[in-house]
Amino acid sequence: MLNNQVSKQTTKRDARSARPVPFPWRNWIGVIPFFIFVFLFILLPSITLLTGAFRDNAGKLTLSNFVGLLDPSIINAYWVTIKISLASAVGGGVLGFLMAYAVTIGKLPTSVRNTLMTFSGVASNFAGVPLAFAFIATLGRTGLVTVLLKNILGLNLYDQGFSLYSFWGLTLTYMYFQFPLMVLVITSALDGLKNEWSEAAENLGAGKSLYWRKVALPILMPSILGSMILLFGNAFGAYATAYSLTGGFINLITIVIGSQIKGDVLYNPGLGYALAVGMIIVMAAMMAIYYSLRRRSERWLRL
Amino acid sequence: MKRRSFWSWVWIVLGSLYFILPLYSTFDFSLREKKGVLSFLSYKNVFIDPNFWDTIGFSLEIAIFTIIVSILLVVPTVYWIRLRLPQLRGILEFISMLPFVIPAIVLVFGMIRVFSGAPFFLTDTYFGTYALLVAGYVVLALPYVFRAVDTGLAAIDVVSLTQAAQSLGANFGTILIRLIFPNLKVAILSSAFLTLATVVGEYTIASFLVGIKAFGPYMSLIGQNKTYESSSLAIISFMFTWSFMGLIQLLSRGKAASTSLAGAR
Repeated sequence: MLNNQVSKQTTKRDARSARPVPFPWRNWIGVIPFFIFVFLFILLPSITLLTGAFRDNAGKLTLSNFVGLLDPSIINAYWVTIKISLASAVGGGVLGFLMAYAVTIGKLPTSVRNTLMTFSGVASNFAGVPLAFAFIATLGRTGLVTVLLKNILGLNLYDQGFSLYSFWGLTLTYMYFQFPLMVLVITSALDGLKNEWSEAAENLGAGKSLYWRKVALPILMPSILGSMILLFGNAFGAYATAYSLTGGFINLITIVIGSQIKGDVLYNPGLGYALAVGMIIVMAAMMAIYYSLRRRSERWLRL
Repeated sequence: MKRRSFWSWVWIVLGSLYFILPLYSTFDFSLREKKGVLSFLSYKNVFIDPNFWDTIGFSLEIAIFTIIVSILLVVPTVYWIRLRLPQLRGILEFISMLPFVIPAIVLVFGMIRVFSGAPFFLTDTYFGTYALLVAGYVVLALPYVFRAVDTGLAAIDVVSLTQAAQSLGANFGTILIRLIFPNLKVAILSSAFLTLATVVGEYTIASFLVGIKAFGPYMSLIGQNKTYESSSLAIISFMFTWSFMGLIQLLSRGKAASTSLAGAR
């Protein structure tokens, strides 16, 4: 009885303080440290880059920094970055999807699924400097796979124009953390495909391929595309792996920004700001598409 | 049925090869420092280098500070917002996604420009530089720390528990320490291990702020000078990631493991 009264009272008090307007200022104390942190270390740096991008060395307003982005070498850097991100997102996305398919709809033993999830968790976090070392030992000039291919198949990768330190090499290296990430994000979507749907399709006389074309793929498509966009962004912002693999001798946008920070070549802070703002814009567009696709996929699948 | 599981195995084997071959090649390479025989010489060389221990110690310290700061920052905030300002949840979720939009290289660029000059002058002192490094890592860790804590808090009835604690006379601090933190043990520990796994070998932010004091830039330096040692370092670093991720798996058995996107790419 007494308990009941107490809880009623507190409920009443809390109901009042939880009402959206008006805010007593005390309600805001608890979130102040977090918002100060966010302001100092996320917003302030971004705003500085953004405003810096519109100013010249003397501090006057200008658009010339963005004109600088039209320089052929910068356009090339954006282009190479986009190509590598796209190739590694599609390559990693397809491989990751097929593996996730194998352990969900493919009905492989649960032990295989658990192992795959654990390995994916590790591999998606294995990036940067050590990953570059691993691929040098694998596909570098004297790497194990390079030597094996030469000795067994008589195929000299490097005579065929392959180089670990260029487009394909970097794409293959990025795929190492891309496909496990795809496995991790797409598995729940594949789990969401209901057996009833394929049974219903079968009852209506549809074969496996018709079911996939007309039911499963349209339902999964937003998830698949969304996940691949996530992978794209993941590769687009990558710096450590590319830098330690190529020693900075590949024209990626992150590498160009890196050399602007160091101020070692063609130092032009305004251009550096514009490059960074360009990256943020691309990444923000990717995330916007990702979220709209996610909303679409949530119509059918609970993620 | 048979056919379907045949193809499933094909994809699994293909992916496993992709996963294992680079590791096997690296391990194989790391054993070949002595001509003609397999030996662990390159590992020995790594372990007798005092810089290895110094840099890994430094990076571990930074990682521990990162974990402490991000937990102290995120847990009370998420709790407070669930309790009193539920209308801010959307904003909080949006903020926690911002690190995906700002790549590490852009973040460190902006941070250097803001904090190296007036009025902060953070990079003029060691302490300031380390604090900046920790702040950068807290930002990188924010998405998954937020997600882990948020799902952890969603699993308990925050409002009722708080009311119960308040009716027993507990204040905000007591509630956090004796009620919220214990209930979030799994979430806190798994985000701590994920932070360790990504921060210890992180290269981008570390190389611009502290250079070869940190483990990531140290590994990179070894890679430029010593062929075999770089392979053994890659294996050692992989073991690191592996053990931390394994601990997360143990903690969150059955549940989907949280994963990092804004890590040390």
